[in-house]
Amino acid sequence: MDIFIQQLINGLTLGAVYAVVALGYTMVYGIIQLINFAHGDVVMVGAMVAFSVIGALAPSGQPPLVIVLVATGCAVSACVLIGYAMERLAYRPLRGAPRLAPLITAIGVSIILQHLALMIWSRNPLAFPQIIKTQSYDIAGATVTNVQIAILSISVAIMAGLVALVYRTRLGTAMRATAQNPQVAGLMGIDANRVIAFTFVIGAALAAVAGVMVASYYGIAHYAMGSQLGLKAFCAAVLGGIGNIPGAMLGGVLLGLVEALGAGYIGDLTGNVFGSNYQDVFAFIVLIGVLVLRPSGLLGERVGDRA
Amino acid sequence: MTQWRTHPAVVRAGIALIALALLALPFALAAAGTAWVRITNLAILFVFLSLGLNIVVGFAGLLDLGYIAFYAVGAYVYALLASPHFNIHWPFWAILPIGAAVAALFGVLIGAPTLKLRGDYLAIVTLGFGEIVRIFLNNLSHPVNITNGPQGIARIDPFRVGGVDFSKSDSFLGLTFSGPIKYYYLLLLVLLAVIFINVRLQDSRIGRAWEAVREDEVAARAMGIDTRNIKLLAFAMGASFGGIAGGMFSAIQGFISPESFVLVESIMVVSMVVLGGMGNIWGVILGAVLLSFVPEILRFTVEPVQMRVFGRMLIEPEVIRMLIFGFALVLVMAFRPGGLWPSAVRKRELAERRQ
Amino acid sequence: MIRSHFGVVAIAAMACVAGCGDDRKAQAPAKLTIGIGSVAPLTGGIAHLGKDNENGARLAVEEANAAKTRIDGKETTFELRAEDDQEDAKVGNTVAQKLVDAKVAGVVGHLNSGTSIPASNIYSGANIPMITGSATNPALTERGLKGIFRVVGRDDQQGPAMANYLVANAKPKVVAVIDDATAYGKGLANEVEKTLTAAGVKVLAREQGTNKTVDWKAVLTKLKGRLPDAVFYGGMDSTGGPLLKQGKELGIKAVFSFGDGACTDKMGEFAGSAADGLLCSQAGIPPQAASKKFLDAYKKRFNVEPILYSPFTYDAANLLIESMKRANSADPAKYLPVLQKIDFAGATGRISFDEKGDRKDAEMTIFTMKGGKLLPVAIIKGGKTVKYEDFIAQAAAPAADATKK
Repeated sequence: MDIFIQQLINGLTLGAVYAVVALGYTMVYGIIQLINFAHGDVVMVGAMVAFSVIGALAPSGQPPLVIVLVATGCAVSACVLIGYAMERLAYRPLRGAPRLAPLITAIGVSIILQHLALMIWSRNPLAFPQIIKTQSYDIAGATVTNVQIAILSISVAIMAGLVALVYRTRLGTAMRATAQNPQVAGLMGIDANRVIAFTFVIGAALAAVAGVMVASYYGIAHYAMGSQLGLKAFCAAVLGGIGNIPGAMLGGVLLGLVEALGAGYIGDLTGNVFGSNYQDVFAFIVLIGVLVLRPSGLLGERVGDRA
Repeated sequence: MTQWRTHPAVVRAGIALIALALLALPFALAAAGTAWVRITNLAILFVFLSLGLNIVVGFAGLLDLGYIAFYAVGAYVYALLASPHFNIHWPFWAILPIGAAVAALFGVLIGAPTLKLRGDYLAIVTLGFGEIVRIFLNNLSHPVNITNGPQGIARIDPFRVGGVDFSKSDSFLGLTFSGPIKYYYLLLLVLLAVIFINVRLQDSRIGRAWEAVREDEVAARAMGIDTRNIKLLAFAMGASFGGIAGGMFSAIQGFISPESFVLVESIMVVSMVVLGGMGNIWGVILGAVLLSFVPEILRFTVEPVQMRVFGRMLIEPEVIRMLIFGFALVLVMAFRPGGLWPSAVRKRELAERRQ
Repeated sequence: MIRSHFGVVAIAAMACVAGCGDDRKAQAPAKLTIGIGSVAPLTGGIAHLGKDNENGARLAVEEANAAKTRIDGKETTFELRAEDDQEDAKVGNTVAQKLVDAKVAGVVGHLNSGTSIPASNIYSGANIPMITGSATNPALTERGLKGIFRVVGRDDQQGPAMANYLVANAKPKVVAVIDDATAYGKGLANEVEKTLTAAGVKVLAREQGTNKTVDWKAVLTKLKGRLPDAVFYGGMDSTGGPLLKQGKELGIKAVFSFGDGACTDKMGEFAGSAADGLLCSQAGIPPQAASKKFLDAYKKRFNVEPILYSPFTYDAANLLIESMKRANSADPAKYLPVLQKIDFAGATGRISFDEKGDRKDAEMTIFTMKGGKLLPVAIIKGGKTVKYEDFIAQAAAPAADATKK
């Protein structure tokens, strides 16, 4: 039983990270139907910037918490700039272009971000400084670390804040209006370009926070770390229904749980014919199964069908 | 004004010139290095893949992000039936059709449950399917060793026709035909057949039905098109091209492992199709050739150019190669969103939108 | 430039682009320029190890140039042609062909077994010797190809060495074996499992991640319930570090052990104090023991510490250069027989090859981590385990002899 609780905790933490990254995918998709493949790399930049800032401030003797907060602030600023530049320079010229054109642009942006990061932070996997000491707590036989608790609470706070932003503010109303129909929203006096840019900026800020969380949780950062994480988060967004904010959260948490329980139990259930080596297969089969039964994801609405 | 371009004699001369150039190409390339012949062969394989994917994405409008799975299936079918792994050594002309058929079957398998899915949901499901195939290939060495897992399958038989072995050099008419050059001619032959099939498909009833499904599925159904079968056919046809390309890849390389069939490869093929101009066969070929060659040309030029201009290496060639590649993707899409050589339909659409 | 008489302008332009780099070769005839290829992934997940490999070979080449080596009576310049195979067999074959076209005299590489095995066909077909300093999969030298060598131990030497050491010292009853589902990780893990089972140790069902996995919690939690006394992981440091850190966080008390891919100081950085007490093996003798000369030169030249295989690629490049010197020729047909029979004192110890091209009596070293640094504890050679201090004491004596001559 304690093993099962432990797996739930593992899955929830992983799922919370997926959810925060998935939010970035889903917000951008919701508003301009673009799969922003470079989003995972924005997460990487967040982790890298935080790595450098912590490295620079660690000898200053400031309290660790302050250093981490400053580092996160720098990461957020850097990612916001990148998110804005990405939208302004790469995606905005493509409004009204065929659906797949921005997808290729996104792949290009992803390659560019990765290799710029390689030039700045080297090709080595970097040990992310663990300046806040990891402490373990015992809950019903399972172990929870302070980093896990921080990740879970920050994620919940982010999601609550985002829901409030989208559903309670004027800006949120403008975002939803633009998502539904940019032309009509324009007629209502909404500057669609500003709203879209703002969506990218929020997504990038979330990515930065996610980057710091991931890097401190696993203690490692690498210039190519974004692609794998981005792919998983993208799956999570689709699982929940892409374009739908609560869906991304649900999808993220579900995917995290499926992965953890899959790796933990399929081996035993299948007499070790399928072990943890099929962990990703298991996750994808759940994804495909959900989509076959609910073609628009768990909470999604119908979308257009043109490729 | 453009009459001279359609004059039969001019057309014939043009075709003859292109044919001559294609026939002479490997020797010119070999003079620069046999590596270029190998790169060209891989480029032709990517042309097959892009044309196959173009059927699914360009003709039928179904975004497939796991296309490389069919390539993998074709490659493994060939490798298992022509290598010491199971000690089976069938001739290539028997295996290639099997590979195409198995790949087509996989195409239907992935197509059938996903017919209801649209747009990006289909994209993620096909992506997942591609990964599932790769993970299975990587793991089917236990409990029964079928694919030899991550170690891959080595010593795959090359093509043999009569006494001619495609992995060895031969002299003929005073010219030396190295292994890669022989494969080039074979690939060229298959390429012509593939292009021919694609051109004919596009103008056929099936091709128009695909176009109808792409433009408006509901309207297509109202016009009496069996949209279910026509979509499955697109998956199967597209997959079979991937299967053939995979079989040839297996024979040319002599070694395959699951590492060659990762997601990045699928994305690469999609990029070729979109960058070239999806829906337009010639555009897609252009896209495949460009994206295959540009990174390699950069591999050969970045270092000497930097040495000459700066006298030393400022940025490592591998990094600059990838950076240029990334910027190229972004810029081409920014200035030619319909691709370098868009199809007539796309051109019209883009023009309409601008008004 | 174009031999063929069908000179099409466009093709000529293309060929020129490709050939541009070659014109500097045609220089004064009294000088000899010998190309040596170096292939490793320089982009992607293990690019840092790839660069390390390249650096090792580069150092050897630069030293040979500085020493004004003469071959065939001519002043000789060695030129290192470093290529990126992106860990991809397809790209590996292309760059192999590129090196063959460039008529290099020999090749150091590739880093991965997955790219070395297919590329070795191309080198062997072109009669160009290849020496890998890091590809440990037995299949590389088991196919009867000519001119394929390795200066590093094989998985089926390293796996048993690690497993036997584990059995003798940690005395585990139950061991969990994990790998990263790559040719390297799985191959090594299989060898470890084989030896453990033969020694009567219970091995749990294999767990796997990928070469990008950083979240091992689910797998480790499952293993925690089975109470293993030891854990072995076949994979690289970038995934092994997080594995170790998470294992300790979950409170797993087992001894963690790793193969050479995760036998780097990085493990201490990634896992922090959790890394203390880990065991790991390297194929060959540890760099810090083998040659201070190499270590100092490497640090001076590249401003970083050697990571893993650079001493081996350094030796590999030196073996090529040395056998060319002894044969007084850069023609593979002349120097290959010399290389096959060479007896060479390298940075990683004495090197000679068996008939397959594998290093004879390749040593294996077992390390443990203390205070974030890897310390060698034992050397295993020909199935015999020697304590590290004793090995150094033994090695010092003949080395002193050699310098007297």
